[in-house]
Amino acid sequence: MQFRKPLFAVAAVAALAAPAAIAHRMWLLPSSTVVSGNDNWVTVDAAVSNDLFYFDHRPLGAVPTITQPDGSEGKAEHHNVGQFRATFDVHLTQQGTYRIAVVNQGVFGRYTLNGETKMLPRGTTKAQLASVIPAGATDVQTSETLMRNEIFVTQGAPTNTVFKPTGQGIELVPVTHPNDLVSNEPATFQFLMDGKPASGLYVTTILGNGRYRATQKQIDLRTDAQGKVTIKWPEAGMYWINVTPNAPQPEGEGPRPQAQGAGAPRAPGGPQGMGGVPSGRRVSYTTTLEVLAP
Amino acid sequence: MQFRLTGLTTAALGAGALLPNAAAAQTMDLSIELPRMTVAEYHKPYVAVWLEKEGQAPRTLSVWYDVDKRGGEGTKWLHDVRQWWRASGRTMSFPADGISGATRAPGVQKLRLVAGKGGMPALTPGQYTLVVEAAREVGGRELVRLPFTWNGSSATAAAKGASELGAVSFTLKR
Repeated sequence: MQFRKPLFAVAAVAALAAPAAIAHRMWLLPSSTVVSGNDNWVTVDAAVSNDLFYFDHRPLGAVPTITQPDGSEGKAEHHNVGQFRATFDVHLTQQGTYRIAVVNQGVFGRYTLNGETKMLPRGTTKAQLASVIPAGATDVQTSETLMRNEIFVTQGAPTNTVFKPTGQGIELVPVTHPNDLVSNEPATFQFLMDGKPASGLYVTTILGNGRYRATQKQIDLRTDAQGKVTIKWPEAGMYWINVTPNAPQPEGEGPRPQAQGAGAPRAPGGPQGMGGVPSGRRVSYTTTLEVLAP
Repeated sequence: MQFRLTGLTTAALGAGALLPNAAAAQTMDLSIELPRMTVAEYHKPYVAVWLEKEGQAPRTLSVWYDVDKRGGEGTKWLHDVRQWWRASGRTMSFPADGISGATRAPGVQKLRLVAGKGGMPALTPGQYTLVVEAAREVGGRELVRLPFTWNGSSATAAAKGASELGAVSFTLKR
C-alpha cells in the first residue's frame, strides 16, 4: 500500500489501527476443544464479523502461531483464506493443552522531518522503532497495538505450559482451565497486563449462535483487584470473550478517546487529535471458550 | 495398595488361607440395562462405570468402547462419555488393563467386579456413588448415579435411566 498524500495516509492508519475495538469481532472457532486419543486433528475457522460465530464479513487471514503442550512451536496446516473466513488445521500429536493464537502486534505512528510528515512503515514492530525514525525527526507520535486472540484445545488431560505469561499485553492465567468448563460450574480466570494482575479490565462474554435468538446473551464484568473474573455460564455453548482496558464501544459509533488509566499507558507524543494517529496503546485479549453440558 | 496387603496376608498365612480370603473379597454384581432402540441407525453405546468418593480421585471400574478398532481409533470418541472423561478418563491411558472392554448389545448386561482386580479397589467403609454413563453415536447421552453407604459387609442400590440407560442396579458383598 503506497500512500502519496500524508492526509490520506493518516486517515488510513487511523482506520487500520481501530477495527477490532470499534466495529467487528475477531474470532477463532475450533471444531473441538476437548479430544481423546493420541492422534487427532482440529480445524479452526477464523473470521471477523458482528454475529458470533457466523462468517459473513471478512476473513481473519493472519497465519496463526501454534504452541504445543511441551512448549514447542506447532504448525498450522492447510491454511486457506477465503472471502469470508480463513481456515486451518492443527494436528494434535501430544497429550495436553495446545494454544492457537493470532497476535496482532505493531506500532503505528508518524513524525515530521524537514517540514514533511511521514508515516511509520506498515508492520513496524516496537523493537524496530528506534531504527525507523530518522535522526532529527520531530513531533513523533506512536501508537502500539497488541491484540491477542487465542484459543485452547486439549488432547487428554489439560496441562498448563502454554499459559506461561510473556509479560506483554493482556494474557489469561487459568484458575479454571479453559478446556474444563461445564455450564453448571462458574469459571474463574485471571488476566494480566504486561505480566501483572490487572484490575478493572472490561470482560465481555457473548454466547454464540446469536442468529437464532433475539437477545445477545451478553455478560459484562470487570476484573477484581487480583485481575480475576468469575463467569457464570447461562448455558452450554461456544462463548466469545473479549477483554479490554477500556469500556467496549457500542457498535457503529465513531472513534472515541483512549482511556489513560494505568491499564493504557500513553505513549510519549503530542496531544490527542493531532492528525488522527491514536496516541496511547491498544491492547486487547480475545478467546473462544467451549462450555459443555453437564 | 490394598491388593498388595492381601497378597502379603496370603503369603503370611500360607496357602491354606488363600481360599477363605478370596471368598471374602468384596464383590460387586452390577446389572446395566441398555434399552433396545427403534432407530434407523443404531450403534451400541460407549458405557463408563466409575466410583466416586468425596475427597478421593474417581476410579474407573469399566469402559465399553470400540477397543479393537485399528490404530486406537476407538479412543477418538471416548470424550463423548463426557462426565466420565472429565472425572477420570482423560487421565488414563488406553486400553486399560482389566477396565477396557468391547461395547455390548441391548438388553441386561451383567458385570462382576472383584476388589483388587482391574479397576475395582477394596472399599473402606463410607459414602460412595457408583456412576454409569452411556453415550451413543448419533444418539443421546445419559448418566445414572447410585449413591450408597459401604458398611463393610453389604450394600445395594438401584436407579433407572430414561433414554440411553434402563434399570441399573448392583449388590456389593464381601
